[in-house]
Amino acid sequence: MATMAQAIRMALHYGEENLGVTDIFGEDVGPPLGGVFTCTQGLKTAYNSPLDERGIIGCALGLALAGQRPVCEIQFGDYIFNTIDLLKIVGNSHWASIGQFEIPLVCMTIVGAGIHGSIYHSHSFESIASHIPGWKIVLPSTPIDAYGMMISAIKDPNPVMFLYPKALIRVKGTELIPGEPEDEKELHRMIDAPTGPTLYHIMEARKSWKPEWPKGLTDYQVPFGKAKIVQEGSDITIVTYARHVFMAKEAADKLKQTEGISAEIIDLRTLYPWDRETVMNSVRKTGRVLILNEDTPVTNFGEHIYREIVDTCFYELVAKPRVLAGADVPGVGLHPNLEFASIPQVQDIEKAILAICSEKP
Amino acid sequence: MDKALKLKILDLMITSRCMEERLIKMSKSADGFFWLGGPGEEAFNIPLGLLARPGQGLDYDYFHFHYRNGATMLAMGMDPKDEIRQMNNRATDPFSGGRNFCNHYARYEWNVVPVTSTIQTQWLVAPGTARAQKRHGGDGITIVTCGDAGTAEGDFHIGLNWATQPGHESPVLFIITNNQYGISTPYEQVHGTRTLASMGAGYGMEYGEVDGTDVEASYAKLQEVMAYVRKERKPFLLEAHVTRLYGHSSSSGANRVPEGSEQDPIETWLKKLIKQKLITREAYEEKFKAEVQRMNQLLAEVKQEPEPTGDSIYQHIFKEV
Ligand SMILES: Cc1ncc(C[n+]2csc(CCOP(=O)(O)OP(=O)(O)O)c2C)c(N)n1
Repeated sequence: MATMAQAIRMALHYGEENLGVTDIFGEDVGPPLGGVFTCTQGLKTAYNSPLDERGIIGCALGLALAGQRPVCEIQFGDYIFNTIDLLKIVGNSHWASIGQFEIPLVCMTIVGAGIHGSIYHSHSFESIASHIPGWKIVLPSTPIDAYGMMISAIKDPNPVMFLYPKALIRVKGTELIPGEPEDEKELHRMIDAPTGPTLYHIMEARKSWKPEWPKGLTDYQVPFGKAKIVQEGSDITIVTYARHVFMAKEAADKLKQTEGISAEIIDLRTLYPWDRETVMNSVRKTGRVLILNEDTPVTNFGEHIYREIVDTCFYELVAKPRVLAGADVPGVGLHPNLEFASIPQVQDIEKAILAICSEKP
Repeated sequence: MDKALKLKILDLMITSRCMEERLIKMSKSADGFFWLGGPGEEAFNIPLGLLARPGQGLDYDYFHFHYRNGATMLAMGMDPKDEIRQMNNRATDPFSGGRNFCNHYARYEWNVVPVTSTIQTQWLVAPGTARAQKRHGGDGITIVTCGDAGTAEGDFHIGLNWATQPGHESPVLFIITNNQYGISTPYEQVHGTRTLASMGAGYGMEYGEVDGTDVEASYAKLQEVMAYVRKERKPFLLEAHVTRLYGHSSSSGANRVPEGSEQDPIETWLKKLIKQKLITREAYEEKFKAEVQRMNQLLAEVKQEPEPTGDSIYQHIFKEV
């Protein structure tokens, strides 16, 4: 099955062939590399930009204002912070012009910890992004969702912040993307660029390389604002996204066996606008909720969900809701002990679930 | 330049000055809040507007304006009433519906992209519209303006770098209107560069300077450099030396600078036209008085128009799918 990198690549290919994508650009996005995470290999509209995040967002906005459909990449979420004022402008241009200008712009950037990325390859961005109105924000956890959300992002006439998790970029999916060949070796042969030990070898190997795109790709979409119930349960709701969907599942599986706790896990997928209905329905059913993510805890996006749950479902709650987030520290340290202490781990999730479920109303 | 054009420019100068002075009065009364604008830049900004090609889409020019381009908008055909609507923050303000300061234009039908108060960010966005124009073909260009102090932002260099990226060289006319100050900070205090225009040299682009208080020099220079950008599909960096007749903005009082301290390009142009016997001072004063009256009348009309309602803030956050 396709990895998330392959899924994004196929969606971008579909976008440039069928949905009017005109420019896919960013640092090392074009040939020869095709993205440091390989998401843009072999794409016909992909090109390298200067090493300049402000220029990338600015140029993407200009292209969008001129009626193009740009998809730009910030190489790591850790390097998007010097563009915040521009993200504000992108987010307010439709509003400031009282709807005169449409901004069909996708900004993709990889976020979160989990690859021993140390202080500057582990940042989360979703909480800050959620402070920038005018953007839709997505953060898929599976290749098929990444494909469907990229298609939705390209089709949307508004700015979309397409975040994707570093820790899951090479994880294979469990569901075939419509049009994806069943044999993953075949997919690899078709769309992964040949590689080599040095840049010189890579350039040589790729000189004559052309991808062979799967024929049957479709405009399969994952609509924005629709969460996914990853597993149903009756005792507690876990509201999460990205890598923590899988960590929550691991913790829940264990507690199912040892304690007989039945957890419902919700993968939000879209953070703005987020799926209040699915979350509130679940919380009304279970009365207990854990909100889980790895961003730093102060003014964490999960705190917003927490408040909305308390506002909406206060009298249906049977235990105090909890937010389990990253540690309140300036960065994620390199040594695994440091990283594990900074990012909620499976044992931390288990503890939180137990604490919530052991509360007596 | 023929007689009709010379007089047309004078008329536009009068309209522009009367409009700005009306806005300034509004900023000092209950009819408006913050003012900033372009008195002192008319001799340059009006030729710019007359030579530009406003329209919708890639066949026309794209505009990324600084907040002192009211005269340019008038020369492109803006009704001054629209600017008074913006100053009076009416719902009928066609640029921002009462959301933004005066001189913060956004007009889709003319490719005038939203003006932002953030200094120099327009320099980053301009290469994007120019790239689209280059790909499209034709002779539409992107015009972007800024002040002298803003060139200290890294964004100044970013714009020049993107517009000269090999394979992506694009038709951007970069314009610096140098009025010698950033709010209160004199240019020489914070810039070691001899001229700002010469910064283009490092990027291998054509560049030049012009006396932006001189109508004919500005018109001729703009004609020349626009023709270059349209034809060559490459950028040009132009520095225009201008004045700032009402100081920076409301924040500095918005008062007329002392007589003789800075050149008034309208007076300079008027003297020239009087010498050429194209107009008399009396005729000019008549025109000016009439235009003051017209602006007063426009404001009176605008004040009858609807205000934006509080619940309108939720409109246009997203384009509905
Ligand atoms: C990024 C940013 N920093 C600071 C300001 C505050 N500010 C508004 S105008 C201005 C001076 C700009 O001077 P200049 O670029 O020379 O343009 P001028 O006003 O003289 O036309 C400053 C510092 C701002 N609007 N944006």
